[in-house]
Amino acid sequence: MTLAQVQIQKREGGTCEANNGFCPDWIADNLDRYVDPFLQHVFLTVTSVAIGFVIAFALALLAHRKRWLLPPLSASSQILYGIPSVALFLLLLPITGRGSVTGLIALVSYTLIFVFVNVTTGLDGVPKDSVDAARGMGLTERQLLWRVEVPLALPEIFAGLRIATTTTVGLAALAFFAGAGGLGEEITRDKGFQSNIAVAGGLAVLLALVLDLLILSVQRVMTPWRRAAM
Amino acid sequence: MAKGGDVSIPLASVFSEFGGAIEFLFKAQPSDLDPNTKVGGVSEMLGLLLNHVALSGAAVAIGTAIAIPLGLYLGHHGKGEFAAINASNVGRAIPTLVLLTVFIAYIGVGFVPIMLALALLALPPVLTNTWVAARQVERETVDAARGMGMTDSQIIQRVELPLSLPTIFAGIRVAAVNVVATATIAPLGSVDSLGTPIISGNVYGADGRLGAAIAVSVLTLAVSGALAALQRAITPKGLKMGAEKPRRRFSPNLRRRETATP
Repeated sequence: MTLAQVQIQKREGGTCEANNGFCPDWIADNLDRYVDPFLQHVFLTVTSVAIGFVIAFALALLAHRKRWLLPPLSASSQILYGIPSVALFLLLLPITGRGSVTGLIALVSYTLIFVFVNVTTGLDGVPKDSVDAARGMGLTERQLLWRVEVPLALPEIFAGLRIATTTTVGLAALAFFAGAGGLGEEITRDKGFQSNIAVAGGLAVLLALVLDLLILSVQRVMTPWRRAAM
Repeated sequence: MAKGGDVSIPLASVFSEFGGAIEFLFKAQPSDLDPNTKVGGVSEMLGLLLNHVALSGAAVAIGTAIAIPLGLYLGHHGKGEFAAINASNVGRAIPTLVLLTVFIAYIGVGFVPIMLALALLALPPVLTNTWVAARQVERETVDAARGMGMTDSQIIQRVELPLSLPTIFAGIRVAAVNVVATATIAPLGSVDSLGTPIISGNVYGADGRLGAAIAVSVLTLAVSGALAALQRAITPKGLKMGAEKPRRRFSPNLRRRETATP
C-alpha cells in the first residue's frame, strides 16, 4: 500500500530519473532545493545542542553540590532516553502544536541526557588528590570548581558534547514528524529516488562529521595538556 | 482532535486528544479516509506489535550473531582496535532515517532489506562492547587458562566470553532499544510495524498517530527494562561479588552512553 504512493512523484528528466537512479545531472540542477532544509537542519541541531548544554551543565553542577539530586535526575533521564524520538515528537504535538518549537523541545531533551551524564561522570572522575591539594592551597569551593574540577573534567564533557551533537543531527532528521522541517522532510518526500537520498542523506552525514570535527578542534585548543596524549 | 471550544480550554483538548489516542488502541473505529474501513483496536494493534517484535528480534539476532564472534576474535588477538572502537562513532554519525532510506532506495523495500538495515544498526554497539570487554579480561586470568593447557578457542569460549557477558549484554541492550525505536519508521520500506499508523497517517488519523506513538514508547521502555533485568540475572555470581567495590554514597550507575535512541 505504501508502494502505490511512491510513483506519484513528479520529476523532470530522462530515463535515469524515471528509474529512480543516481543521476548527477539531476543533482546538479536541483541542489538549490536542499539549501533551506539543510539550513533548518543546522538551526535545529545547533540551537538544541546549545540550549541543552547550558541546562544540562547547570543541572550537573547543581547535582555535584547537592548529591541527593543525582538519583532522581539520572532516573528521569534514563526514562526519557527510552522514549523513541519519533514518538516523543508526536507525543508533544497535542501540547505544543506543530512547528520548530516542538522539534526543539524534543531535541533539547535528548541533548540534556548525554551532556548531564558525561559532566557528572567527568566531575566524579576528578582525582581526589587534586581536590585535596587545591583545598590545601586555600581555594574556595567556587575556585575549586572552576579552576580544578571543571578543567579536569573537560575531556569527558567534550565527549558528551560530541555524542550529543552527532546524535542530534540524526534525531533532527526525524523532526519533520513534529512539523519542524529539516533534511528528513526531503528524504521522505522522495525516499525511493537514489539521487534524492544521496544528496539529502549525504548532507546529514556531512553535517554530523563537520560539527564533530569542529568540537574536536575546540577541545584541542581548550585542553592543551592533553594534546600529547591524543 | 479538537472538539468543541478548542482554544478556550487547551488542557481539556490535550486530555481529549490523549484519550482519543488510547481509545484507538483498544477499540476499532472508522477510518478518516474511508468510513467503511475500521482501523485500530486490540486485534490490529496486536498484529502490528507482533510484526514489530519479529522484525526487531530478527535484526538484533543477526547483528549480535555477527558482532559477538567478531568482537571476541578481534579482542582476543588484540586486533582491529580502530575499527572496533570507532564502529559506534561512525554508526552514530549516520542518521537512522538515512540508513533506512539508503537501503530502500538502493536495495529495495520489504522485510529483508529493512531487517538488514536494522541489523546493521544493531552491530556497532555490540561489537564495541564485546571488543572492549574481551580486552579488559585480566592478563593473569588468560595466562592461568593457558597454563592449564587451554587452546585459544577454549580461552575465548570458556574464559573471555563468560567474563565479558555483562558488558556484551549492555551493548545488546543499547542495540535492541535502538532497533525497536527505529522499527517505528520501517513502514517507509513497506514493512508493517507499530509505526504503520504514524507513517500512514491519512488512513489512521490523528488518534491513530498518537496512539501508535504511545504504544511504541511503552514497548521500547518495556524492552529496555526487561533487558536490564536480564542483564542483572545473567551476570555470573563471581563477577557480581568481585564487582562490589567500595561504593560512594549516592553514586548511581552512570555509564557513558555509546548511542542514542533514534
